[in-house]
Amino acid sequence: MSGPPIVPIPSPATSTTEAASSAPSPVRKFLTERGSSALGDHAFRWIMLLCALVIFAIVGLILWELVARSQLTISKFGLSFFFKQAWDPVSGDYGAWPFIYGTLVSSLVSLIIAVPLAVGVAVFLTEMCPKFLRGPLSFLTELLAAIPSVVYGLWAVFVLVPLLREHVNPVLMKTLGWTGFFAGPNYGIGMLAAGVILAIMILPIISSLTREVMTAVPHTQREAVLALGATRWEMIRMGVLRNARIGIVGSIILGLGRALGETMAVTMVIGNRPEIVKSLLGLGYSMSSVIANEFSEASDDLYLSALIEIGLALFIVTIIVNAIARLLVWAVTRGAPPRVA
Amino acid sequence: MKKSTFLAAALIVCTASAGFSQKINGAGATFPYPIYSKWFSEYSAAHPGVEINYQSIGSGGGIRQVTSGVVDFGASDGPMTDEQLKGSKVKIVHIPTVLGAVVPIYNLPGVSTELKFSPDVLADIYLGKISNWSDARIAKDNPGVKLPSTDIVVVHRSDGSGTTYIFTDYLSKVSNDWKNSVGRNSAVPWPKGIGGKGNENVAAMVRQMPGSIGYVELIYAMQNKIAFGYIKNAAGNWVKGSIDGVTEAAATVKQMPADYRVSITNAPGPNAYPISSFTWLLIPIPPKDAGNGKVIKDFLGWMLDHGQSETSGLYYAPLPKSVSDKVRGTISQLQ
Repeated sequence: MSGPPIVPIPSPATSTTEAASSAPSPVRKFLTERGSSALGDHAFRWIMLLCALVIFAIVGLILWELVARSQLTISKFGLSFFFKQAWDPVSGDYGAWPFIYGTLVSSLVSLIIAVPLAVGVAVFLTEMCPKFLRGPLSFLTELLAAIPSVVYGLWAVFVLVPLLREHVNPVLMKTLGWTGFFAGPNYGIGMLAAGVILAIMILPIISSLTREVMTAVPHTQREAVLALGATRWEMIRMGVLRNARIGIVGSIILGLGRALGETMAVTMVIGNRPEIVKSLLGLGYSMSSVIANEFSEASDDLYLSALIEIGLALFIVTIIVNAIARLLVWAVTRGAPPRVA
Repeated sequence: MKKSTFLAAALIVCTASAGFSQKINGAGATFPYPIYSKWFSEYSAAHPGVEINYQSIGSGGGIRQVTSGVVDFGASDGPMTDEQLKGSKVKIVHIPTVLGAVVPIYNLPGVSTELKFSPDVLADIYLGKISNWSDARIAKDNPGVKLPSTDIVVVHRSDGSGTTYIFTDYLSKVSNDWKNSVGRNSAVPWPKGIGGKGNENVAAMVRQMPGSIGYVELIYAMQNKIAFGYIKNAAGNWVKGSIDGVTEAAATVKQMPADYRVSITNAPGPNAYPISSFTWLLIPIPPKDAGNGKVIKDFLGWMLDHGQSETSGLYYAPLPKSVSDKVRGTISQLQ
């Protein structure tokens, strides 16, 4: 690799040290007069450290509380709780597997739908959108993020579900039914409906963050690629997306986080059936939904403990998914150093 | 000087608040919340200085909070079990307040006559043994009705609910299969069907899906004018959910135990509606706070004298006279 010869630029610091050592700069003088001191610096440092430690304390407390309060089921079922398919509050037999499955699959479906759409929106907004449209369009995407999830849920029940049942699902069953992922019966509600509503909910998060990252890519990058004779698509692919990929993956992780934890909208359309079905048109259940559904009326201790252990399972799954996502970022960026993070 | 005036002021404020404002906290069932909040606000208006704060956090939460002494009273849609009573730190007295009922709603395009359901047919639909509307057993209950050959989509509540408790309690009584394989609780392992959150979600799903059947609270069906079916009661008559039918079920229950922990589903009266239940206030003995205990006792008397007449405006069934007389006796023995 050969680059241009590096010419050392005299840094402004070295040129002013002489003046600074002989007499305090006017800025320093002003600060000293105001009472700025080493003590203040120290105090500031400790306070900031404390703020950072609070995060550890909160996470630790949550984990401790979840484990302490689910002792009954932990001692009764052990690890098998996480891999068992049972949910019987009458006879007291509990397992988290269908809920873990439902959470993961509905989130995955939502990512598959939302990511291409969100990146597409971001590309359009930053690279090819006429000026008069840019303002309203980005305003609308951000508006989507501000809608409460119960409103999404109601909309899904009254608009999305009938639409899926009458128009989308029959087509899917006809064309892709052979895969087994789109087999009947067609209720309208189910895993696919949950995935679609989640996709709509995480779309604004992913697209607005992606847009921020893409605007941060220097214009020189684009111009350089265009100067080499690239088409517009090649310019976006090589000049923009390649540079912004870490930021894009980061925004996807944030979207995924929301999808994993979303409760109200999902519980209104997923069908709330603790079952593992291959077909996406089938019914499912998610971890946050079962907690929201059954916590308030759970009166016996084992039942309550099982619900809290579902919370623990959600906590663990979120950590694992985040770890995998970080690994993914590391794997993607191992080759070239990131320009925009 | 300054300090002493402040102290004096604080003292006055303290005594004033103790003398004129009494705060009572309760928590529990969501089903009777509309009538409870009406009662509590009217009672407070009639008794200045008394403030009753009720949080509808669900029956399970209500039982937990009252047995651990967090609140002055609890409320539940299902009676506490013997185990729960044994585990409680304080003695709990159940006071029935109003009655609720559950009705079967369905969506069957092309059928305009109101459908009738025998108890065993209803249980087998929810068990998945009857899976088509043209089944011979449904046809037998509904002579002359042309039933389409549509698959039955079963809808049930997904959230833990007193409604589910009443419904599954009834099915356990009329079907041994149900009792042995599913059982009764505020949430059960449903053999089949879709879970909807709350009455409104169940109703929305049934409205949308042709061939579906669900169950909702009577008040919900009446307020929202949702059509619902007849049930054959223990006396062999076809009855439709109504406030009078529910009150009759409470009046004709075979034996009313002294602690009122009784299920009135499948009651024997000729017009009794079979899927009905009391809802209870849970009063700790001794009270968490003696002063508050007196107010609660007074409130319970007021509830019987004035409160009961307001129930039907909100589509709740009032207690029958036989029960309210008995409750009056129980209240007079409270500390």
